[in-house]
Amino acid sequence: MVEIIIAAGIKVIFVLAAVLTGCAYATYMERKVVGHLQHRIGPSYAGPYGLLQPIADAVKLMFKEDIVPDKVERATFALAPLVSFIPALLTFAVVPFGKDNTVFGYDVKMVLSDLNIGILFVFAITSLGVYGIVLAGWSSGSKYSLMGGIRSSAQMISYEVSYGLSIIGVLLIANTLSLRELVEQQASDSIWFFSNWFIFKQPLGCLLYVTCAIAETNRLPFDLPEAESELVAGYHTEYSSMRFAMFFIGEYANMIAVSAVGATLFCGGWQGPFVNEIPFIGIFWLALKVFVFMFVYIWLRGTLPRFRYDQLMNFGWKVLLPLALLNTMVTGLFVVMGWF
Amino acid sequence: MSAGKTVTLNMGPQHPSTHGVLRVVLELDGERVIKATPVIGYLHTGIEKTMESKLYYKALPATDRMDYLSPMSNNLGYCLAVEKLMDIDVPEKVKWARVCLAELTRIKSHLVWLGTHALDLGAMSMLLYAFRERESIVDIYEACGGQRMMTSYIRIGGLAHELPRDFDKLVRKALKQIPQGVKDYEDLLTANEIFIRRTRDVAVISAGDAIDYSLSGPMLRGSGVNYDVRKANPYSGYENFDFQIPLGKKGDAYDRYLIRVEEIKQSLRIIQQAIDGMPEGPYRAHIPGVVLPPKEDILYKMESMIFHFKIITEGFKAPCGSVYQAVEAPKGELGFYIAGDGTNKPNRVRVRPPSFINLASLPKLVEGGLFSDVVCAIGSVDIVLGEVDR
Repeated sequence: MVEIIIAAGIKVIFVLAAVLTGCAYATYMERKVVGHLQHRIGPSYAGPYGLLQPIADAVKLMFKEDIVPDKVERATFALAPLVSFIPALLTFAVVPFGKDNTVFGYDVKMVLSDLNIGILFVFAITSLGVYGIVLAGWSSGSKYSLMGGIRSSAQMISYEVSYGLSIIGVLLIANTLSLRELVEQQASDSIWFFSNWFIFKQPLGCLLYVTCAIAETNRLPFDLPEAESELVAGYHTEYSSMRFAMFFIGEYANMIAVSAVGATLFCGGWQGPFVNEIPFIGIFWLALKVFVFMFVYIWLRGTLPRFRYDQLMNFGWKVLLPLALLNTMVTGLFVVMGWF
Repeated sequence: MSAGKTVTLNMGPQHPSTHGVLRVVLELDGERVIKATPVIGYLHTGIEKTMESKLYYKALPATDRMDYLSPMSNNLGYCLAVEKLMDIDVPEKVKWARVCLAELTRIKSHLVWLGTHALDLGAMSMLLYAFRERESIVDIYEACGGQRMMTSYIRIGGLAHELPRDFDKLVRKALKQIPQGVKDYEDLLTANEIFIRRTRDVAVISAGDAIDYSLSGPMLRGSGVNYDVRKANPYSGYENFDFQIPLGKKGDAYDRYLIRVEEIKQSLRIIQQAIDGMPEGPYRAHIPGVVLPPKEDILYKMESMIFHFKIITEGFKAPCGSVYQAVEAPKGELGFYIAGDGTNKPNRVRVRPPSFINLASLPKLVEGGLFSDVVCAIGSVDIVLGEVDR
């Protein structure tokens, strides 16, 4: 019993540390990649190649004055960053990051919690994140923040449906909700290690998932809640110091989370060459796939202009939703006919 | 319009995308703009009044600071006005060099506009790309006037100095580099679905309204009115150059984008002609007592030294009378009205600032639109608050 608790504790600490470090270095990666896209070199002063920049940022934010404006709803104002930050981290509880193996004679499952409804858990939890944004916008007592919050909730409604429908195809094919089983079904022993990835059976589903995930994480071209050139900073205009940092880390944790789930659903999760010979290499494969997803996000941010509020709604309801429904229907037909 | 209450939103003077210290008081119904009131004056520096208390030639640097993104055009407008008042004719080479510099200025201003406009719409890389090409023009400024922004290089009766030795080389380098940049911008924006959706049918103004609001520059031509001071009232030898005036059809933000990009290309053509056909000659008119004599004459000729001393200390006297001289600045018709009273200072200087008059049409452009369109409209008007407030 004690052993189970200790093992779980070690895993939690390991995952939490990995995710938080990942968030910190996601900001570094974003600044470097966008910098190079824009003929700049990005951060380069703190440490070699600017590698200590995230630490410098963290220290700076911690020592900043925590300003709470007069007219805020204090309790909600304090709660909102947490509501936005914590669900982003909770997602990682069900993402498997390697092949089960034996360490020091113990069987270790390389996942914090092997829920049989894992994917439902992911969607339930990530949807909570938007409450943080809405509450922040409402409690700030600023019109810009309020508009950011309203935009976010409207965006949420338009995208959550397509977001959910985009993965139905995969679930129909795999016939399971457990992320661990999803990954195992994508294994392949042949030289074409990626041949069983669901992205090849669900290309449209993957595209829809990525698009909705961008809207879900409030990134360009769907970053309306914080549209800098319009709403100053949107919902977090009035936040400073560590409260702001929590929104910031929450956003990156969310990006990593949707990337990890996307990689698990469509690109085989931790599957890759040599996973049977060297079990721990699964972590590396998963990280690599997350990295590719993240790069696409950052690449889009460096290239595209922002949608307008009404255009975003139109796009969500009139383009994404019908496509997602179509994808579900066609996949259903294929499954019934036994063509997969 | 709605039964519920509306929200008054104060946009600016500190706001990331009002291009300086413009303040717009918006009345919003949800995201829809019901009423927009631009409030200006946060950057008022009294430039016109300052110029009235300065000697004619000392008033020149003040013009740099109006539209600080296109100093050479401002210099040119003021110098042409004073030259008209004084009835000065400048050498042929000066005219060609001025055209060349004014067109470089147009490109420079349009590049900054393009970068900031795209940034307002969320395409932030465009800003850096536009500034990359702008750098080649700022380098030319630096070689000419020693400064990268406030050049004061075009002077009454000519230029401040001889054109720099590597002027030809620098301009040709810019002529090579900028078209590649323009191609990049067009690849990124012209056919970009999101960009078109954000700018098509946004901030529309009809040809009739554009004339009624006295708009000028790309704002007017975007609505299809063919008026360009360079063609309508040629100055500084523009009649010798072959170029076209691009016109829009709908008068929306996208048309104005296309026009400005096309103007960059036409300006490149003019610069090519100017640099190829640049005549030899002096860089200043020879008018004793009004225009400074050449440096070597000051050192060896008594009269030249006396004139130099007199011009520097007490300036020159301009005749009584008033003139109006307009130039086609990047943002529109930039006019200088100067009333001389026979002394060495202008009695009255009045500027027709294109940004200010174009900005007056903002309520017309945004009312009834969405909040996001306000940002797009302000961007597509292309204002510089230094010129709006003066």
